Amino acid sequence: MMPDPTPLVEMRHISKHFGGLQALTDAQLELYPGEVLGVLGHNGAGKSTLIKILSGAETASEGAIFVEGRKAQISGPNDARAYGIETIYQELALCGNLDAPANLYMGRELHKWGFLRKKAMAAEATKALGRLNIRIQSLDVEVDSMSGGQRQAISISRAVHFDTKILIMDEPTAALGMEESKMVMELTVELKKQGIGIIWISHDIHEVFNFTDRITILHGGKNVVTGPTKEFTQDEIVSMIISGLAVERRTSAAGD
Amino acid sequence: MQFTRIRSQPLVWILLVAVLLAIVLSFLSPFFMTVGNMTNLSKQVSIVAILAAGQAVVIISGGIDLSVGSVLALSAVVIGALIQVDVDPLIATLAGLAVGTLAGLVNGIVITHGKIPPFIATLGMLGIARGLALVITKGVSYQVLVPFFLYIGNAKFLGLPIPLYFVVVTYLVVTVMLHTSVFGRHVYAIGGDERVARLEGIPVDRQKIKIYMLSGFLAALAAVVMTGRLAATPPSVAQGIELQAIAAVIIGGVSFVGGRGIVLTALIGALIMAMITNGLNILGISSFYQQVLIGMVIIVAVWLDNLKSQK
Repeated sequence: MMPDPTPLVEMRHISKHFGGLQALTDAQLELYPGEVLGVLGHNGAGKSTLIKILSGAETASEGAIFVEGRKAQISGPNDARAYGIETIYQELALCGNLDAPANLYMGRELHKWGFLRKKAMAAEATKALGRLNIRIQSLDVEVDSMSGGQRQAISISRAVHFDTKILIMDEPTAALGMEESKMVMELTVELKKQGIGIIWISHDIHEVFNFTDRITILHGGKNVVTGPTKEFTQDEIVSMIISGLAVERRTSAAGD
Repeated sequence: MQFTRIRSQPLVWILLVAVLLAIVLSFLSPFFMTVGNMTNLSKQVSIVAILAAGQAVVIISGGIDLSVGSVLALSAVVIGALIQVDVDPLIATLAGLAVGTLAGLVNGIVITHGKIPPFIATLGMLGIARGLALVITKGVSYQVLVPFFLYIGNAKFLGLPIPLYFVVVTYLVVTVMLHTSVFGRHVYAIGGDERVARLEGIPVDRQKIKIYMLSGFLAALAAVVMTGRLAATPPSVAQGIELQAIAAVIIGGVSFVGGRGIVLTALIGALIMAMITNGLNILGISSFYQQVLIGMVIIVAVWLDNLKSQK
C-alpha cells in the first residue's frame, strides 16, 4: 500500500522528562490515512508516554505535533478531540449503568434547551452501530449486561462517530476473548477503509505482525526502527523490542 | 413499554410493599385509614420526603449529603429572623431558599475544588450550618405567626394539605429534570463511573456543584414547610433528619454505590417509614420500638436489593 504523501499526524522531535527521568528522547511518529501503525516496545520504552502526548493526557517537554500538515496545540484531551484524535482504552471506558446511545453521546448529548433529544440519539446510535456492522439486540439495555466485545464495539463506534481522523487504540483486545478480538479487528479494518488512521498498541506480537501495515519500535524512549511490518520477521521484531538495536534492511526506513 | 421493563422497575416493587403495609395497618387499626390520620401522615412525611428527593439525586451521583438537617435549620432561622424584623414573608422565604442553595454551593465547591470526600465535606457543613443557626438566634426560637406561613402549615387546598403540594411539585420537577435533561443524564453518568464521565468530557465538577446546590435548595424548601408547621423556627429543629432522608432513599432501593435508581422511590421510602411510625403510634406501641423496626427495615431493604442485583 502506498501511503498518502501528507501524513495525518506527524510527531517530530518529541522529548519528555518527568523530573530527572527522561521518558522520551527525540521520538518520531508518522501516521497516514487508512493505515494501521503498530507502536511497539516493552514496558517503560516510552510508547504510552508518546501516545498520551498525542491524546492530550500529557504534554511534551520538547517537539511539535502536526495534524494534516498544520502545527497542532494539544494541551488536553478536549484539544486532541477537536483535532479529530480519539482514544480507545483497554479498560473499556463506558458507563455500565447507561445504555448504548447514552454512552455513545456521553458528554456531547444532543439536546434542545437542556432537554435530551432521546429519539434522535437513539436513531443516530442505530445508524452508527449499523455502519460498523455491530449487532446489539436492544439499544435500551445497560451496557453492563453486554459482552466485552459488544462494549468495545460501542467504544469504537463512539470514538469514530464525531469526525474522527486519528484513532488511538491502546491494547483494545487485551480484555477480550479470541472471538471478540477478531470482531474488534474486523471493525478496525472497516475503519481503515473509511480512511481513518489507526495507531495500534499491543503486546501481542502475533497480532501486531498480522494486523498492522507499519510498525515503529521504541526502546529507552527512542525510535529503534520504523517501517512496513512485512519487512521484518516476527523474530526480528521481538529481538528489536528487547535489544533496542535495529535489524539492518536495505529497504528499511529507520527514522530519517 | 414491555412487560419485562415494567417488572424490572424498582418503583413497582416498592409501591407494592407500601400498599401492603397500608392494608395491614388498616386491618390492625380502624383509625389508620381515616381522613384525619391520612392528613396527619402526609404532613409528617412531607419534610423528610422533600429532603429525600435531593438526597436521592446526590446518592445517584455517587455522593452523600449529611448537612441537609442543619441547612434546613439555618434556612428556617434566617426566615424566622427576617420575619422578626417585619420583612415581607415572601422575601424572607426567598432569602431562606437562597441561604440553603448557598450552603449547597459551598458543599459543592469544597467537594470538587477542595477535593474533600462528600461524607467529610457535608459532615463539616452539618456542624457549620447548625452552629450558625445557633449563633444567629443565640439559641432562642423565633415565633412565626404571619398568615403566609400559617397557611402553608395548616391550610388545605382542594381538600389536601398544602405541604403535600410542595412534595408533589418537588418530585415532579426533580423527576423530569433527572430523566429528560442533560443534567440528569450527567448525574447518572457521574454516579456510574466518574472517571469515564470526566474522560468523555462531562463537566463533572460543575454538575456536582449543581447537584449539591439542588440538595441545599430542597433543604431550604423543607425549611419553609417546617416553619409553617411549627409556626416557629427553633435552631435545634430537624436534628438527625438527614439520616431519615438517607434511609428513605435506601429503603426506596436507590443504589448506595450510585448510578442506579429513581427519585420517586425515595418518596415511597419516606412514606413507608412514616407509616411505620404512624401505625405503631396508633397501635400504642412505644416509640422506642419504632427506631428498632426502622433500623431493621433499612438493612432488609438493602439485603433484598443485593439479592436482586446478584441475579
